[in-house]
Amino acid sequence: MIETLRIAGSALWAHKFRAFLTTLGIAIGIFTIGVVMAIIEGLNTSFADQISHLGSDVLYVDKRAWFQGRDAWINARQRKNIGLDAVEYISARAQYVSHVSPRIFQRGQLKFREKSLDGIALMGVHADMAIIQGQEVVEGRFLSSLDTDHRRPVTVIGEAVRESLFEGQDAVGKRLTINGRKFLVIGVLEKQGTMLGRNLDNVAYVPAETFLKMFGRRWRNITIAVKASSPELVNDAKDELEGIMRRYRKLRPGQENDFAINQQSSLQEFYDKATGMLWMVAIGIGSISLIVGGVGVMNIMLVTVTERTFEIGIRKSLGARRSAILWQFLVESMVVSALGVLVGFVAASGTAIFIQNNTPLAARIPPTWLGLGIGVVVIVGLIFGLWPATKAARLDPIEALRYE
Amino acid sequence: MSAGQPASAGNGQDPIIILTGVTKVYDMGKEQIHALRGIDLKISANEYISIMGPSGSGKSTLMNVIGCLDTPTAGRYEFEGELVCDVDGDKITRMDDDDLAGIRNRKIGFVFQTFNLLARTSALRNVELPLVYAGVSRKERSVRAREALEIVGLADRADHAPSELSGGQRQRVAIARALVTKPSIILADEPTGNLDSTTSREIMSFMDELHSQGNTIILVTHEADIAKHAHRVIHILDGQVASDERGAAAA
Ligand SMILES: Nc1ncnc2c1ncn2[C@@H]1O[C@H](COP(=O)(O)OP(=O)(O)OP(=O)(O)O)[C@@H](O)[C@H]1O
Ligand SMILES: [Mg+2]
Repeated sequence: MIETLRIAGSALWAHKFRAFLTTLGIAIGIFTIGVVMAIIEGLNTSFADQISHLGSDVLYVDKRAWFQGRDAWINARQRKNIGLDAVEYISARAQYVSHVSPRIFQRGQLKFREKSLDGIALMGVHADMAIIQGQEVVEGRFLSSLDTDHRRPVTVIGEAVRESLFEGQDAVGKRLTINGRKFLVIGVLEKQGTMLGRNLDNVAYVPAETFLKMFGRRWRNITIAVKASSPELVNDAKDELEGIMRRYRKLRPGQENDFAINQQSSLQEFYDKATGMLWMVAIGIGSISLIVGGVGVMNIMLVTVTERTFEIGIRKSLGARRSAILWQFLVESMVVSALGVLVGFVAASGTAIFIQNNTPLAARIPPTWLGLGIGVVVIVGLIFGLWPATKAARLDPIEALRYE
Repeated sequence: MSAGQPASAGNGQDPIIILTGVTKVYDMGKEQIHALRGIDLKISANEYISIMGPSGSGKSTLMNVIGCLDTPTAGRYEFEGELVCDVDGDKITRMDDDDLAGIRNRKIGFVFQTFNLLARTSALRNVELPLVYAGVSRKERSVRAREALEIVGLADRADHAPSELSGGQRQRVAIARALVTKPSIILADEPTGNLDSTTSREIMSFMDELHSQGNTIILVTHEADIAKHAHRVIHILDGQVASDERGAAAA
């Protein structure tokens, strides 16, 4: 075996440039797969971190499901809006549920003196929302039920808003305007970071009732966030919620739901589907380039076998068995392929590190992939080297010796 | 010195090679070329034979059959009591490729007119090659190959590639390679065909030396004074044995 490797090594060394070109095809294939997979792997890690913000024990009752086909989405638009009264309806009946809060959303403009901020997420919520989303207040306090009951013009702002409008000064007690209406800042939320590229701290929470009163209630659809009493009870809570919502909507048995209950896992499912497709694409591109690279290896090996017919004749005349010749060329094609993998892997690792350090994308290549890659390519080398090697092994010694 | 030690050394009467009605026909489609037409031949251990004949008479074809490189289209060939092949009409009995490779590897040493050394490969490595295929360990290989190179007087050229050696030196490397496995017979097809007369004499003295140590030698040549080295001269004409003379004294 060592002997065969030595023969393959010196044969390749004799045609360094050709060997290099041959490995290139495989190297590019491995590089492509490597980089795409590194990015997916990186996304997976950061995505898992990010969606944990949503809480696995929180359900979101909405008019429509988060992820669905276009037709279903258009269909859902024709459904009746869910009103604020559903919050009371649910909390009065649900048993597997600890906290309930509406979640009304729109983007708006914040102003403080001459400074203004556009595109801030305005959230109409209840006091429970802080617990549902697990948010801490770092200054002042969160909204209370008194605020919501009395439709007070008060707001709790995100860290980024405080930074931009108050620049390190105390924000609590200051008055700002939201879409032209005056609000009193009563609290600042702890920093959240970003999720899926969006800054979660560009936010201002106001009481849901105040929201509707000031920014209009017509055409307004409401999402209701519901926290299960414990993570194990999420599924029970979901079943229960469905029944309560059917009664709220006055649906007859057999009638389809005109609402949806979303949760973190539906986001996960969507993500899995999307990255699943990326995987398919990566595997597709990778297989094609591996096949192209493999055919390149096969082509070069066929040329090599023809070129070295005389050499094969000499070896056979000295007593080389078929298997010895077969392995000589198989090992050569596997070595070329493995070199390609190595080059591709090193290039992909370098690129992954570069992406990780210089772009917002995360990229990671687990070292175990090298073993996997070599395994794959040994197989590729075997498959594409087999025909040329068999051709070499089957050569008739006397005809091979006559070849010049 | 450690030249060949044939299985049945001496002037044994038992033939180690028996050819019976060996025929080789090349089917070229519209015409058939009869390279060998029923050769009957017995060769014993430690014989020193030269084969002569005009170009195209079938000498190389005969050597290739004896050397288990080629198989006849008819006839029977026995080597050291083993049946290599027996072709009688449609009834074909022959050893498989790997067994033939085994015989070539262990029992036969070839010396070709064109040397047939691996290019870009050191003399030592060329001489080692038959031992590689015999499964000899790396250390022993190197020792034995150096010994063989010493016999042909090229120990100091072990690391040279064939392109760095003269024709005579190349042929000496080839001889070293032929004897490194201690084969029972050495087949040389015009070993001096590409060499000048001085170098030819040098090569032939190695052949004589090998013979005196008990090797069986068969060599093909066009030159009468080369043929004189042998004790038995076989003339081939048009694929048949025209004459078979023994007793010509060695030089
Ligand atoms: N592969 C082949 N295909 C067809 N004919 C062949 C083949 N090999 C040899 N022959 C023919 O067989 C005959 C004998 O060839 P061979 O090589 O044995 O002659 P030779 O006696 O060695 O000649 P030389 O002295 O020139 O080397 C020749 O007529 C040759 O043309
Ligand atoms: Mg000839």
